[in-house]
Amino acid sequence: MPSAPTPATEVRTDAAAAPRKASRRFDPHRFGPLLGLALLLVVGTALNPDFATWDNLMNVLTRTAFIGIISIGMCFVIISGGIDLSVGSMAALIAGGMILVMNALAGSIASPVAVVAIGMVFAVTLGGGFGLMHGYLITRGRIEPFIVTLGTLGIFRAVLTWLADGGAITLDNSLSDAYGPVYYASLLGIPIPVWVFILAAVAGAVLLNRTPFGRYVQAIGSNEQVARFAAVDVDGVKLLTYGLLGVCVGIATLLYVPRLGSASPTTGLLWELEAIAAVIVGGTSFKGGEGRIAGTIIGAVLLSVISNILNLTSIISVYLNAAVQGCVIIAVAFLQRRRP
Amino acid sequence: MNPQNADLRNANPRSGLHVAFDGITKDFGAVRVLHGVGFDLHPGRVHGLLGENGAGKSTLMKILAGYHAPTAGTIRIDGQPTRFAGSRDAEERGIVLIHQELNLADDLTVAQNMFLGHELRRGWLLDDRAMRVQAAQALRQVGFDGDPDTKVRDLIVAEKQLVEIAKAQLRHARLLIMDEPTASLTPSECERLFGLIARLRDDGVTIVYISHKLDEVERITDEVIVMRDGRFVARAPTAETSRRRMATLMVGRELTDMFPEKRTVPPSATPLMAVRDVTVPGWAEGVSFDLHPGEILGFAGLVGAGRTELFEGILGLRPRSAGRIELNGKAVRLRTPREAMRHGLTYLSEDRKGKGLHTSMRLRDNLTLMTLRHHAHPLLSHASEDAALARAVTAFGIRGDPGGTAASLSGGNQQKLAIAKFLEPDPRVFVLDEPTRGVDVGAKRDIYFLIERLAAERRGVIVISSELIELIGLCHRVIVMRGRRVTATLPADRLSEEELIAHAIGTHTRH
Ligand SMILES: Nc1ncnc2c1ncn2[C@@H]1O[C@H](COP(=O)(O)OP(=O)(O)OP(=O)(O)O)[C@@H](O)[C@H]1O
Ligand SMILES: [Mg+2]
Repeated sequence: MPSAPTPATEVRTDAAAAPRKASRRFDPHRFGPLLGLALLLVVGTALNPDFATWDNLMNVLTRTAFIGIISIGMCFVIISGGIDLSVGSMAALIAGGMILVMNALAGSIASPVAVVAIGMVFAVTLGGGFGLMHGYLITRGRIEPFIVTLGTLGIFRAVLTWLADGGAITLDNSLSDAYGPVYYASLLGIPIPVWVFILAAVAGAVLLNRTPFGRYVQAIGSNEQVARFAAVDVDGVKLLTYGLLGVCVGIATLLYVPRLGSASPTTGLLWELEAIAAVIVGGTSFKGGEGRIAGTIIGAVLLSVISNILNLTSIISVYLNAAVQGCVIIAVAFLQRRRP
Repeated sequence: MNPQNADLRNANPRSGLHVAFDGITKDFGAVRVLHGVGFDLHPGRVHGLLGENGAGKSTLMKILAGYHAPTAGTIRIDGQPTRFAGSRDAEERGIVLIHQELNLADDLTVAQNMFLGHELRRGWLLDDRAMRVQAAQALRQVGFDGDPDTKVRDLIVAEKQLVEIAKAQLRHARLLIMDEPTASLTPSECERLFGLIARLRDDGVTIVYISHKLDEVERITDEVIVMRDGRFVARAPTAETSRRRMATLMVGRELTDMFPEKRTVPPSATPLMAVRDVTVPGWAEGVSFDLHPGEILGFAGLVGAGRTELFEGILGLRPRSAGRIELNGKAVRLRTPREAMRHGLTYLSEDRKGKGLHTSMRLRDNLTLMTLRHHAHPLLSHASEDAALARAVTAFGIRGDPGGTAASLSGGNQQKLAIAKFLEPDPRVFVLDEPTRGVDVGAKRDIYFLIERLAAERRGVIVISSELIELIGLCHRVIVMRGRRVTATLPADRLSEEELIAHAIGTHTRH
């Protein structure tokens, strides 16, 4: 091959004034999950006319809300380079705990609304407390997050099972009417859990992208050592990410409890996997350092749209739901893989 | 050996490769960094490749070593047009590149790193013993006396550098490219490396030596090749080229004095920083010194003398067992870099990639990381951050894509960004560890003048450096450390290379 002549008119690389175009090329990480979701929506609509109805859509979003809210917190933890395997068990224990507290108060406090309010505050506080405990063990105790949360995964669920004596903890009937609307009511045609989901997503995105805390989280995940030398309070920030995730689990749980009105050893089973999957499908790097809330939301919705489509159509058995989700997770990861 | 005679190439398996670049062009996205570069490399010669930061030296060499594909142009190796599929492909042909940025796996041992991807086997199993023996042998040649079973994580930067060089030795290179190999080595280690280079050259190996240290280039290269703005500018026998001429060719204009004029430090009642009997176990013992407003204080010493670790200890990044630190006359407890920053002390590490910059993050995010609160009211204002970046780009002459990641900057520009980052909190005391490592002459001069400017603003500046010329040219006082202790404090009028070396290696006789 002859050498390419250099045209005399060629633009000099004036680096200081280099165009910023180079960094704004099409980024598959950003749009991959969105394209996947769009594709699924088209497929769903084609397969079943009931799919594209407002009711079904709201139904899907309501079901997504729990995992979705948890995955927002999980997104922070994963970006900072951590992991939390316990969220499903934590949700179960919070659910059981808050029902016990509300039932106990139902006798002494006359207003069911007040009881429910106290229960909700309790759920969020308990979640935050569990999260901070994780964070403390991980930062001060210097134990790997995987190990700490693997431990509490067992502990939380075992404690709930013990509290429930192997059965279920059921919400006092007198409270159901006051609590029910938290799950069943709508505002402007949109169910309450979906509103909370939207608020959590917006708050999460702002926190991640527009606050020092969010930037610190990314810096720590990208290179903890560099962050430490740059005067970032690494331990404090990590502690907060786990606390934040705990709060998210608390919120998700308080939305979930009125749906069934009880907590049992199977409550929140495998939620940790769904939440982690949503984050990863959404384009957040498992290695930490970079990630997106919007992607996470799309990931969560994408996963529940899959099960919804399987429910509505009979091409693939509903029993294979997890298998289809698994295929999608692997496919998305394949599309997003980094060139070495 | 006759450099022009490429036909001798098969006489000896170790003989060097003849390389001809022809019209090599490289684009990264919309940015063209190489514009049709063409020149030859000859067996048995040491080629000094010179150029400003961002001139494209590393990029061209990465193309040669198979890490990047050229956008256009041809590389002929021993006359054959060649295109490598990857760096392994190039290594098969005997082309080995020692990267500017260290590329070692922290959690593996020295020996494991050296054989990474080229493990020796006995049947199905790894032959650890043979690897350890060979590794130890190669390590001795480059002057590393440590244990090949040490984890790389536990090495200091200079040792890692030596491991990289020893690793290249193992690959039996026929073309060895060294991208600033001495950036973190001290004089005695450099000597050993130069001996090694001379031996390889005599064996007929083709050598490319990239360095911003012109005295080294003058000493060990046979020929210099100069690049500027992604183009080939000139080549000349080293013997006929003065350092001044090299600098002029690189920068494209005459450089006046390298160092700013030395001010006399105005006397002050209280020192800005007073360190008393600080001990960092294993690294520094009973160190005391004062730093006055407006003063530039140097720290000299061999690698391993404990200078870096002393300051990591002062910052609270390593345990401190004793001692007192006063800032502005008040005793302070520094337990984290954050507390140090609050008290007006920042420290830029010598390990740019590992402790200085987030290479995968954008320039802006790197720059403002320490001062995010100034840009948050309460939400981060990207406009205000971008303005800070624009200011830094102008003030420090950072060249590169401002929207890109720190990794996309050339080594020297990364250094400027790092300096800018640690100056953002507006420290009263600024500690720079090897501030001009990998920085070109022009930029070096800029950094020296910048340091002087910071001191003139009555800040205290501490410069830890292995480049004696830099300490002599810049500092008002130099503290020499040897074997964890301060062995001398030299005032400006007693600064000379001989004196500094004598104190650093312990041959100084008291008079
Ligand atoms: N992966 C990349 N993406 C985008 N731009 C890059 C990339 N690598 C290098 N560049 C740009 O190419 C130019 C040349 O960089 P290079 O690293 O080759 O310079 P250099 O001559 O080695 O400089 P230094 O002496 O500082 O090491 C720089 O402007 C740099 O910003
Ligand atoms: Mg370079």
